[in-house]
Amino acid sequence: MSELINPLHRFIRPGVTSTTNCPGCGNGIVAQAILRAIDELSMDLDDCVFASGIGCSAWVPSPFFNADVLHTTHGRPIAFALGIKMGLPQKKVMVVSGDGDLAAIGGNHLIHNARRNVEMTVICLNNSIYGMTGGQAAPTTPMGLKTTTTPYGAYENTFDISNLVIAAGASFVARWTTYHPRQLTASIKKAIRKKGFSFIEVITQCPVQYGRKTGSGSAVEMLREYKEKSVSVKEAAKLSEEDLQDRIIVGELIDKEKPEMVEEIMKMKKRASGENS
Amino acid sequence: MKGKRILTGKYFMMGNTACAEGAIAAGCELAAGYPITPATEIANRLAERFPQVGGVFLQVEDEISAIAAIIGASWTGKKVITATSGPGISLMLENIGFAVGVETPCVIVNVQRGAPTTGMPTAGVTGDMVQVKRGSHGDYEIIALCPSSPQEMFDHTVLAFNYAEKYRTPVFILSDAFVGHMREEVVIPPPEQIETVYRKLPEPGTDPTQIKGFLDEDVAPMPIFGRGFKAHVTSSCHDEYGKRNLSDVSALDHFVRKLSNKILKHKDEIIRVEKNYQDAEVVLVSYGAVSRAAAMAALRAGEEGLAVGTFRLITAWPFPEEEIEKMARKAKKIIVLENNLGQLYPYIKAAAAHYADVYFLPPRVLGEIHDPENILKKIREVIQ
Amino acid sequence: MNRTEILVGGVGGQGVILTGILLGTAATLFDGKKAVQTQAYSSEQRGGMARAEVILSSEAITDPQVRKPDILIALAEDAVIRHLKKIKPQGLLVIDSDLAQEVKPGDYQVLKVPATSMAEQEGNIVVANLIILGALIKKTGLLSVPAMEKAIEVSVPPKAKALNLNAFRRGLEFKI
Repeated sequence: MSELINPLHRFIRPGVTSTTNCPGCGNGIVAQAILRAIDELSMDLDDCVFASGIGCSAWVPSPFFNADVLHTTHGRPIAFALGIKMGLPQKKVMVVSGDGDLAAIGGNHLIHNARRNVEMTVICLNNSIYGMTGGQAAPTTPMGLKTTTTPYGAYENTFDISNLVIAAGASFVARWTTYHPRQLTASIKKAIRKKGFSFIEVITQCPVQYGRKTGSGSAVEMLREYKEKSVSVKEAAKLSEEDLQDRIIVGELIDKEKPEMVEEIMKMKKRASGENS
Repeated sequence: MKGKRILTGKYFMMGNTACAEGAIAAGCELAAGYPITPATEIANRLAERFPQVGGVFLQVEDEISAIAAIIGASWTGKKVITATSGPGISLMLENIGFAVGVETPCVIVNVQRGAPTTGMPTAGVTGDMVQVKRGSHGDYEIIALCPSSPQEMFDHTVLAFNYAEKYRTPVFILSDAFVGHMREEVVIPPPEQIETVYRKLPEPGTDPTQIKGFLDEDVAPMPIFGRGFKAHVTSSCHDEYGKRNLSDVSALDHFVRKLSNKILKHKDEIIRVEKNYQDAEVVLVSYGAVSRAAAMAALRAGEEGLAVGTFRLITAWPFPEEEIEKMARKAKKIIVLENNLGQLYPYIKAAAAHYADVYFLPPRVLGEIHDPENILKKIREVIQ
Repeated sequence: MNRTEILVGGVGGQGVILTGILLGTAATLFDGKKAVQTQAYSSEQRGGMARAEVILSSEAITDPQVRKPDILIALAEDAVIRHLKKIKPQGLLVIDSDLAQEVKPGDYQVLKVPATSMAEQEGNIVVANLIILGALIKKTGLLSVPAMEKAIEVSVPPKAKALNLNAFRRGLEFKI
């Protein structure tokens, strides 16, 4: 009998045999979408360098992807990735981390590197909660939700991370949920090829810290909810702000051309060294 | 290329400028920083010179990003630097620990200023001497150099890169506003006379699963990115292969000890002191610009017939306790001179007090270098 | 040359630091001497306190700080008030007499140079410090004229070279 092996298995670091994800976690769906995108682009993991921060989502590439991986401090993976990109401009630099890491503690690096439009792909797994530390409120936690740090209900307005990154100047931004793995894979492929700062927000389920404690239910129930709440960019354009409340707008939110920083630096260096550009 | 990489020649140059030239001479290719007095001239010089000679200076959104970016770039095989002052170091501390934990060569310049908090940015006060060694959380070792002149801002920066590369560690230049803004003769030697070291790498083509890239007391080869080494670099507790272990405290013990011993085992090769205390009854212990006032005080004391010697720490960290102990066995009295309220004094006292009386003298006014007259007064006082 | 301590005092924008740099550059690069220049200033870019200290010597300089200036150059009245008490007995006080008028008599020589009005005649008051330097070199012979002129050439932007050199030479002609 021949052995069946997942074609993406070759991307997994040898010797890594178990996952740190809880049952039902969305990390695996996103991990698979990333690896499938790389596979479908006929790329090798050696063409990429991964950086991640702190939190459950940061463990997507670390240690599972058999690639160069820098697992950094909380909130800082994009800042590290900037240095990696400067040193290896020909490589695809990808940051995989969570909403707390990228939008709370690391918010400044997120907006400034979007502004620079430095070529890198940032994948933000947004589960609207701090999972690893036990279910605390994040800047993405919906108003009114009871978490371990908002036992009487969350009282803060939330970030729309994708819109934040668009406003900051990124050249490619898409949002999907873990209910949309194929669309997500297609957007990751586009993001990888984009000459500029590309950002993908993935609404993902944390059945343990979010589903169980907030009453959203199991992973299956949460995915069903994503399916029901999702509305495409095209459809959303026809709806009023009121209609869009509590909906998830999915799709490619922006895709534009603008000066990319590494390329601009190359031009500047030519000017400075007296070479003709 | 328009500019020459190494500006061989004699200059009347500012310390901060000399530091930037030292970095370029050492083969540094990437710097990241955020403007701050009194370190900004280093960034300005690098921003001007780097693009002419193939490097890049990145002005980033804050000092956290500056240290992160240079660590990231160091993992691509570049020699890297960031320059700041106390407030910037305070912001960098977490990632300084990261650089230590994943053994990243980098040079961090602290042009110290009047502190705490915003303090007085243009005043030279060496108030961050212990911060660089104890500021990030946990037990760790780093290397720190204390230049006393613009020439040493150049020389020590080259040396700092060599130490960083050889021991895969952050190395600090602990300058201050006084030395950073000081102008003096600086001689930049011809390229062949500047020794430069580059980190050890794994053999190309090594099976990635066989690379022991971490936790070797004799410094593991660095599996830099982009060469197919498939390095897993995590600041979480890990083993020689970079494999994370978050459950076994003996792995943590191993992690912490190996990292520290990597520096401590090589103390003798790293530590540099300047000694001039033969037959001295009183020895003046100092570092940085203060050591120059101490030299003058010792000279004047000699003219008065007093046997006064000097001992200067060129490396503050790792701390030269054996050298200090050796000196204390010969001297009867030691006066520690620091342009602060006594930061290395407790360490010096701990190493010396068993053998000699140890005194401390701050400057009359913090931010000024000790007046040799005041040092003389103290010498006469302790001799009586 | 024995250790000679010079303190230049004024306000930001007057070229206080440049005055120090020119003396140090002339001494080290063109006159075979040693020099250390240090500075102090407040955070204002213009109009705040500024002070340059220069030590010149034939031998290596240990203590880098000016303790009792042999020469005090006061480009503003404030500098006289602030620094005159530090001057060495029988030291030399050089003042821009257009800006600093009141000088109490004491154990020091005073060289009064109407530098601002002379600089104005040269076309720009910003070179008052160069007038002062010219007069100082004439009075003391501290450094050679060619060394000073070369220092000016390498230290000021090309566009300002003629203005600065002319001002320095005008200072050299000042009747003492």
